[in-house]
Amino acid sequence: MRVAVIGVGMTKFGKHPDKSLVDLFADAFFEALEDANIELKNVEAIYFGNFVGEMTDGSANLSGFVADEVGLKNIPAIRYEGACASSSVAFREAVRAVKAGYYNCVAVGGAEKLLSAGTAIGTRALATAVDGVYEMTAGLTFPGVFALAARYYAKKYEIPLQKLREMMAYVSVKNHKYGAVNPKAQFYGKYGDLKVEDVLNSRMICSPLTLLDCCPMTDGGSAVIVANEKFAKEVGGDPVYVLGTGQASGGSLFRQGEDIIKAIPRKIAAEMAFREAKITPKDVDFVEVHDCFTIAEIIALEAMGFFEYGTACYATAEGVTSIDGDLPVNPDGGLIGKGHPVGATGTSQIYTAVKQLRNEFKWNQVKDARIAMTDTLGGDFGTLVNIILGVD
Amino acid sequence: MFMEFFNSLLEGKLLGMKCKDCGSYTCPPKHTCNSCSSRNLEKTILSGKGTVKTYTVTYVAPMGYEKEVPYVVALVELDEGPWIIGRLDVDPKIAEENDLTDKRVSIFAKEMPSEMFYPMKEKRIVPYFRIEG
Repeated sequence: MRVAVIGVGMTKFGKHPDKSLVDLFADAFFEALEDANIELKNVEAIYFGNFVGEMTDGSANLSGFVADEVGLKNIPAIRYEGACASSSVAFREAVRAVKAGYYNCVAVGGAEKLLSAGTAIGTRALATAVDGVYEMTAGLTFPGVFALAARYYAKKYEIPLQKLREMMAYVSVKNHKYGAVNPKAQFYGKYGDLKVEDVLNSRMICSPLTLLDCCPMTDGGSAVIVANEKFAKEVGGDPVYVLGTGQASGGSLFRQGEDIIKAIPRKIAAEMAFREAKITPKDVDFVEVHDCFTIAEIIALEAMGFFEYGTACYATAEGVTSIDGDLPVNPDGGLIGKGHPVGATGTSQIYTAVKQLRNEFKWNQVKDARIAMTDTLGGDFGTLVNIILGVD
Repeated sequence: MFMEFFNSLLEGKLLGMKCKDCGSYTCPPKHTCNSCSSRNLEKTILSGKGTVKTYTVTYVAPMGYEKEVPYVVALVELDEGPWIIGRLDVDPKIAEENDLTDKRVSIFAKEMPSEMFYPMKEKRIVPYFRIEG
């Protein structure tokens, strides 16, 4: 039996110092529950993604508190940690459990509070996704990972570094343009008319990446309701079906050698998802990819099979990935424009995909979208999840 | 095994594993060969020489590393094959103004203060790359 997403919810992304991780999840959860038009008692389990609650909020064992907060006192609730892909891992596990027949209907979501934690703690918390022994001793940060990848990409594909920086800047310009019109985005109403020069000239974080090459630190929550087709049809509404999922793992960045710009685990995960969905990249109408940094969006699109290696930078600069291009990418603003509350990011991509496929994303709707794909990266290519969704 | 790796590096020896099945090297050591996943490995000392493949100057540090910025993190391909990570022993300004990729380097270690979350609590041992010539 097929598995469907029948409801979606997310908080506004941004700064929420007044909300706990549990509050952020609960706000998104109740929005998703209402969207699905189901009762609380229909939810049989909670799959909760969170990356660094212990460092930002002093809370690790969150799943029971999450279930209790939403009034589902004794149902199974599990926390999933896969760095930035935490709630995508949770989503994939939920889909598999429903497909296997263990549950009819479950909730999946995530929450994170990195902006309220401040830059020093936030940067250290994010760096727990790199190899804690060999990479951390060198002081490798997350912008550092993609800065290393950017310089190597330029070298390997024989592109002058400055020229690559300019092409990368188009990712930021595009994603900020879309984030600026998305009412749920961290930068709603801001940076909508950014120029390439603004990206190049903003503050250097890890050369060659400037502040505007990076996604922001974000507080936020997101949640979706996953059910089998029978339950989805009983409830009514507009189910969006899970056509395929894929997941793969990778070791420390330095162990990947020259593959750091090829993201091999992502290639494996994407191929797994395409196989299960019985489609090819050409069939996908738009994608939500993990643009934690401008270069990350470029590498992602190549590894997923949408562009040849070394070419997505040119396609981006030519507008192929804009809303009216051949392959719209991140119409909600992506991590750069919408924000990146790590544990909540995966299910917020599902949120956008579902709203788009239902033709409800009125501020930046992709025309005639029938099939969407999401891509979430945890760590330095350590955890990769791809999900393909579609409507009948 | 990471303590042995770092303590050897302080003594000027770069510890790795040689695979008795496929002949390739893994560095730092791992339970399995990085190329073929075999467990049929033997400890070996590598040359400590390599080539800079990519690097970045870090200006925004995580908590615990603030006093060290700006610093240059690099990925180096060792002559025996493995890529390893460490810091380039170079003025960050020089790293920004020049293309240091393809430069030949040799590895050594520096002792630095540890931080709250690092697994070695007394001190961090940081691999450094010295540019040759």
